[in-house]
Amino acid sequence: MSLRRLAAATVVALLGSGLAACSDPSVPAVDDSHPKRLTVYAASSLKPAFDQLGSTFEDAHPGTLVDFNYAGSSDLVAQIEQGAPADVFASADTKNMEKLGAAAVDPADFATNTLEIAVPPDNPAHVTRLDDLARPGVQLVTCAPQVPCGAAAALVEAGAKLDWKPVSEEQSVADVLGKVESGEADAGLVYVTDVKAAGDKVEGIEIPAAVNATNTYPIASLEGAKDADLAAAWVAYVTGPAGQRVLREYGFGRA
Amino acid sequence: MRAGEPALPRWAWLPAAGGAVLVLLPLAALVAEVPWRDFAGLVTSDSARVALGLSLRTAVASTVLCVLLGTPMALVLARSSFRGLPLLRAAVLLPLVLPPVVAGIALLATFGRRGLLGHVLEVAGVQVAFSTLAVVLAQTFVALPFLVTSLEGALRTAGRRYETVAASLGASPTRVLLRVTLPLVLPGLFSGAVLAFARALGEFGATITFAGSLQGVTRTLPLEIYLQREVDPDAAVALSVLLMAVAVVVIVVARRDRSGL
Amino acid sequence: MTARPVRSEAVLVEANVAARDVALALRIEPGETVALLGPNGSGKSTLLGVIAGTLRDDSSRVAVGERALTGATTWVAPHERGIGLLAQDPLLFPHLSVLANVGFGPRSEGARRAAAAEAARTWLARVGCTDLAARKPAQLSGGQAQRVALARALAAEPAVLLLDEPLAALDVDTRPAMRQLLREVLRDRTAVIAIHDVLDALLLADRVVVLESGRVVEDGPTAEVLTRPRSAFAARVAGLNLLAGRWASGVLVGERSVAGRSHDGLVEGGEAVAAFRPSAVSVYRRAPDGSPRNAWPVTVDALEPQGDQVRVRAGDLSALVTPQAVAELDLAPGAPAVFVVKAAEVELYPR
Repeated sequence: MSLRRLAAATVVALLGSGLAACSDPSVPAVDDSHPKRLTVYAASSLKPAFDQLGSTFEDAHPGTLVDFNYAGSSDLVAQIEQGAPADVFASADTKNMEKLGAAAVDPADFATNTLEIAVPPDNPAHVTRLDDLARPGVQLVTCAPQVPCGAAAALVEAGAKLDWKPVSEEQSVADVLGKVESGEADAGLVYVTDVKAAGDKVEGIEIPAAVNATNTYPIASLEGAKDADLAAAWVAYVTGPAGQRVLREYGFGRA
Repeated sequence: MRAGEPALPRWAWLPAAGGAVLVLLPLAALVAEVPWRDFAGLVTSDSARVALGLSLRTAVASTVLCVLLGTPMALVLARSSFRGLPLLRAAVLLPLVLPPVVAGIALLATFGRRGLLGHVLEVAGVQVAFSTLAVVLAQTFVALPFLVTSLEGALRTAGRRYETVAASLGASPTRVLLRVTLPLVLPGLFSGAVLAFARALGEFGATITFAGSLQGVTRTLPLEIYLQREVDPDAAVALSVLLMAVAVVVIVVARRDRSGL
Repeated sequence: MTARPVRSEAVLVEANVAARDVALALRIEPGETVALLGPNGSGKSTLLGVIAGTLRDDSSRVAVGERALTGATTWVAPHERGIGLLAQDPLLFPHLSVLANVGFGPRSEGARRAAAAEAARTWLARVGCTDLAARKPAQLSGGQAQRVALARALAAEPAVLLLDEPLAALDVDTRPAMRQLLREVLRDRTAVIAIHDVLDALLLADRVVVLESGRVVEDGPTAEVLTRPRSAFAARVAGLNLLAGRWASGVLVGERSVAGRSHDGLVEGGEAVAAFRPSAVSVYRRAPDGSPRNAWPVTVDALEPQGDQVRVRAGDLSALVTPQAVAELDLAPGAPAVFVVKAAEVELYPR
């Protein structure tokens, strides 16, 4: 009895404080001029480019706010399948986009990414070419073959007919990059865009196009989008000339 | 109903039940997710067996290290007094609250190639990064406070009276420690070691940051679970349940041994 | 019995522990047993701690025989002092058998396992616990445990024995036997015993030192301090009745004939003393029925309030009774009365 009364009192108090906050004149009311929100789920590697595109898109579409959720593509697919409120999905590979099936409306490839060798700025193991990665004593870190960047690394290894022995097979590009930046690893295999984003913390060494692996990035608006037109506008913006220019700046290739 | 024991107030059952639900429900949900038909295959796959073996080996090694290093630490904390002791105690317990990733970064800054001791270690020909040794170091780092706190508590509870008597009988400090103090706190040492083992077994963040991830060398069961999650969520669930089962067995067996002391 | 003669050394102690407001000096003669009496916080434990070395204070001095244990540049660690401890709790090491407990001291001194076990058996026999050797401390009664603890302390062959309320935790049934045992082992040992029961002090100690607020307020032969206390504390707890006489046919024969519990060492025709507490004395106007063995007609000399009771003085005897009893019996100076004491409340021991 007394417990119930306590619970009731708590609820009333919480409601009261909420109401008080709502009616507080110093707190501005929800801005009516920004009613449109777009939620974009995108692969982590797209973050720098999409952040920039997001603000220019907002400038071009007054009254629109773009929210981003960046994570690994497979995580994002899992979240979307569990009913996460995503309007657009941009994947780092076609495999994950395919998992969504009909939920993805007309996927379109909008960018590509290739691998590059990342080494610490002082390049302690003197890595200059792909063959060096198989040299004994070179501490190479790659992604695990189970994740997309690792699968791509395996393709390069096979294509170049090399047999390297990584000291670690990491979960994500960020983990590989971290090991190289800290100097623990002599070399890592990451995407071109990652090397670019890392600035002068790592040096990039190109991999010959003949043996390089190419990841294709598809984008699609989603079945359950709150505002299908706005979602389509974002897809068009990214695949259009303005979007492509920015993606090039960040190292992505043309799809 | 037993007479003479003061009753627990009835309302205490409500939050207790709430806590139990909070802990047990997710575990039950996890077990419910297990694809039981494929379970045997999933947990006996090559990578799973290698990861479990590595986990058990490294956790045992870390526990031994924790006992060897943590016992003297607990003794110093419980039995001595000097300026800065409270600060030292707080520092020793820090890994309890530190995010494991931060622990990993700190270990890198110490034992990494470009870390504090990196040059010394390189000259000595020891390579820590990407080795099983790094896994053991990471596990010891995060598990040590569990042993130290639990043993320090036991030492404080045991008090110094037996030690005073032993000294009056002519026993040197070393003899007092080995023949009186340690036997008296053996149960506390044991439960501290079990806690440390359990923590080492579940260690993830510091390991992946500091040691990397390579099958058979540094990829322990938690890392394997995290990796499998990317490609085969069913396998991840099955391995999680396997890890849980190992932890439960360790704790139950340890408790039984203890009550038999 | 013991293989070696008991080492008896004099102890010289100056305890100056400012933090506890203790400042006292004491010399204990070889073989002498000194009882420390005093209220809680009077400095008994501090004094024992300074001697044992569990309290380190640079301005205190302790010497055993010729050997200085502390000094400006000297500090002998507790385990190198040869000073035995027996506390209120037996504190037997719970993980060791009784035999291993008693053998702990000899082992610590470097004795081989067999020799230590041999010494342990000797001492267990000395305290009457031979059959307990294989037990764990948890399987002992309180009295047995304290006997074993005594054997353990003695097996280390200490030059000085410190006892801190060794009888306090024992129940009424086991206390007399332990008291008797202590009386035997302390006879020729240098010992300091903190104690609150004055009768225990009377039976165990040659000398009584009364402490109050960290200072010595009384120091003298046991019988003197206990029967004619000068300090406030001793007066409150002591004021024992002591009757002297000769031991004859199982009773003490003197000015009055006294029956009681006899202690070892009484010799037919030898000098003896009877001791009992004033609170054990019942006061009557006329001799009660059933002719108790200790009933003495007296004349009341004085009535003195003591706490919430009244001390009835009659010659060299005194009784503690309630004010109601005084009123009911119509006691007043000059009035006749009969003091009655149960034989079980009287301790008879040789002089």
